[in-house]
Amino acid sequence: MTLVVAGAAAVYTLRIADDCLVLSHRLAQWSSWAPALEDDVALTNIALDLLGQARAMYARTAELDGTGRSEDDYAFMREEREFVNCQLVEQENGDFARTIVRQLLCSTWQLSQWQALTTSTDAQVAAVAARAVKEAAYHRDHATDWTLRLGDGTDESHRRMETALDTLWPFVDELFESDPVTRDVVTSGVGPDPETLRREWDAYVGHVLADATLTVPESSWKPSGGRRGLHTEPFGYMLAEMQHLHRSFPGVTW
Amino acid sequence: MTAIDEIRVMAGAIPDPELPALTIADLGILRDVRIDAAGHVDIDITPTYSGCPALETIREDVERRVRGQGYADVTVRVVLSPAWTTEWMSEAGRIKLREYGIAPPRAQGFDLKPLTVAVECPRCDSTRTHEVAHFGSTQCQAVRRCDACGETFPHFKEH
Repeated sequence: MTLVVAGAAAVYTLRIADDCLVLSHRLAQWSSWAPALEDDVALTNIALDLLGQARAMYARTAELDGTGRSEDDYAFMREEREFVNCQLVEQENGDFARTIVRQLLCSTWQLSQWQALTTSTDAQVAAVAARAVKEAAYHRDHATDWTLRLGDGTDESHRRMETALDTLWPFVDELFESDPVTRDVVTSGVGPDPETLRREWDAYVGHVLADATLTVPESSWKPSGGRRGLHTEPFGYMLAEMQHLHRSFPGVTW
Repeated sequence: MTAIDEIRVMAGAIPDPELPALTIADLGILRDVRIDAAGHVDIDITPTYSGCPALETIREDVERRVRGQGYADVTVRVVLSPAWTTEWMSEAGRIKLREYGIAPPRAQGFDLKPLTVAVECPRCDSTRTHEVAHFGSTQCQAVRRCDACGETFPHFKEH
């Protein structure tokens, strides 16, 4: 089944939906595995918020592209190359440090993006953003608290946080990339120019990392392509697991 | 009582699946009831959180209850705008929440003024409490502990 989405606004909302869904699924993989009960609850609560955001944006995408497709069609019936999430969200959970670093980098960016989207000319998108902005603020707080504890913690936790930062930092640039789709939504007032979110992101993340005694990595490698359907190796495995039940038993319900 | 009022009272009395001490009217989830000239009933409900798993159950409960009262033609819609905030919770709802053992959200106003009052322990009323975890048993709750009586309690987060 090939799903082609027409129109810049629809592609844009699909990107946001895919970011939320994929990150949600990654966090849900922590269920029953987190280092403490509180964090098992926290990570799965965050996953649930993101899933709700994804559902709302898939619903809006279906209206914008005029197909009336269901949320399940987008989530379960597309191939890897049809997903347009950024590559950062699909990176494996790794250890708890890597998951926390991914959360810090993602939630800081998502919070800025939702804040900008509260004034979207698309009333539906603005309504979703008004809700999501408060949720994302909690997600960022959670990641910030843990970054401070682990970065400025033991030698072992500090080392793991540095390793996680080195692993994930290359994927940051893609978050702020512009392309014809983002330029179109800037013109129509649906969404912000991604580049304008960078300064606030740099300031916040830089401040947290400094307080956590962590160093901002230097990176020359800048992978990209998620917005065009190009993904890293772990993503296919994640999708296979996520989609197999729905595809093996079409129409299955709880 | 007009038909709209009757439906509003009836639907509003439905308990929230995750917080059964409160009704959906207390929580501000029931947003609007309309009846057109042909007798079609439109009911708007709003989610408290983006992924709130209770919403689908609430939608079905409202539809079943209103149909059961003889209104055959009912549509329950989920509306996202204006977005729900804890300011929609009624005063009665806040009192019930506290009696249920959950510290209610502090009043903040729709302009989201900074919070200056402390969260009170629902058991001993002490204002000396601290947050243990941002996230609790449902999306809308955090976990706090009272420094006076030592009890751990849920807090309905301001949102």
